[in-house]
Amino acid sequence: MSADTNPTTKSPIDRTFPPIAWMSTGALALVIIGGILMASYAPRKAPLGVATVLLVVAALLLASAGVLIGGLRDFPRKTFLKVFKWAIFADLVTAAMIEFAFVRDQTRGSSLLIVTGMLVIFTLCVPTTIAFTVARYADD
Amino acid sequence: MADTVQGIVGVAPVSPPGNRPKIQVVPLKGLPLAAAAVVFVVIAIAGNWQWALMFCHVAGGGLWTGLDLFVGLVLGPILGHLSIPARAEFSAKFMPKMVIIMPTVVMMTLASGFQIARKLGNLYVTSPNHSWLIASFCVVGVMAVIALGILEPANIAVLFEMNKPEPNGELIARLMKRFIYTAGITGLMQVATLIIMTRVATQ
Repeated sequence: MSADTNPTTKSPIDRTFPPIAWMSTGALALVIIGGILMASYAPRKAPLGVATVLLVVAALLLASAGVLIGGLRDFPRKTFLKVFKWAIFADLVTAAMIEFAFVRDQTRGSSLLIVTGMLVIFTLCVPTTIAFTVARYADD
Repeated sequence: MADTVQGIVGVAPVSPPGNRPKIQVVPLKGLPLAAAAVVFVVIAIAGNWQWALMFCHVAGGGLWTGLDLFVGLVLGPILGHLSIPARAEFSAKFMPKMVIIMPTVVMMTLASGFQIARKLGNLYVTSPNHSWLIASFCVVGVMAVIALGILEPANIAVLFEMNKPEPNGELIARLMKRFIYTAGITGLMQVATLIIMTRVATQ
């Protein structure tokens, strides 16, 4: 795998990487579609099958992006983590606000579990995209 | 940790590269205002405070739509015709402010808007506004993916690049192009938001 995931050592602008940012953005798109689905049924109970599938696929995409980042050699991890920590702080606030609104609106049980899962993915994939986009051009 | 803070927010750089001041990616002065907005929205939702919810939705939505339209359809094309150094200088001052302002106004608008829709019964399938609200969810969803997945990462990467001792002009131009196009798309999508929201308000 490392052969596929290693950037060639050119200048930062010419280095090629696996489509990590696209994968994490894809995961974001899936949880947003799931969120729209859940919200469009409020205050009724949304059908959870489609939302669960979207959540699982988003989690797999994000996990794959994480594995690919872990397999990169000569990748500026220090910059990645620095940006990731700050971005996750901002997204945690947003996710907490959405979770609060759903709890306040009496969302309970499996629906709340799926919404929470989607918010966890949201909280992780936005910082992953931002941190990767910054780090791919950085030199630690 | 000190390194982390210095790198991201540009606090007290001991020796900035050359004569350029280090760019503060996250302007610390704006954080208390953002925090105050978050607290206000939480109080409005927790207390089911109709005026406060409406204020957050109208004020936040007006700012969000206005900013997106202005940046996407007015500033973006102007930036596209500026030289790279001029774009870089503008971005160094403009983008850190947007890092604080945009997530705050978006959070205010969406959180309060959902509560208002629930309170007014617009979320029920029987409501004439239901389908318009679903359309607005979809528009916001597309804008969120563009803003969070493409625009914001590019903006922050530009700021980091400009903090390097020798910024790469070609890279900044490439990332700025992404900003100009995506800001244009979100600007156009805000026109759809205006149509949807005025329909919802008048049905």
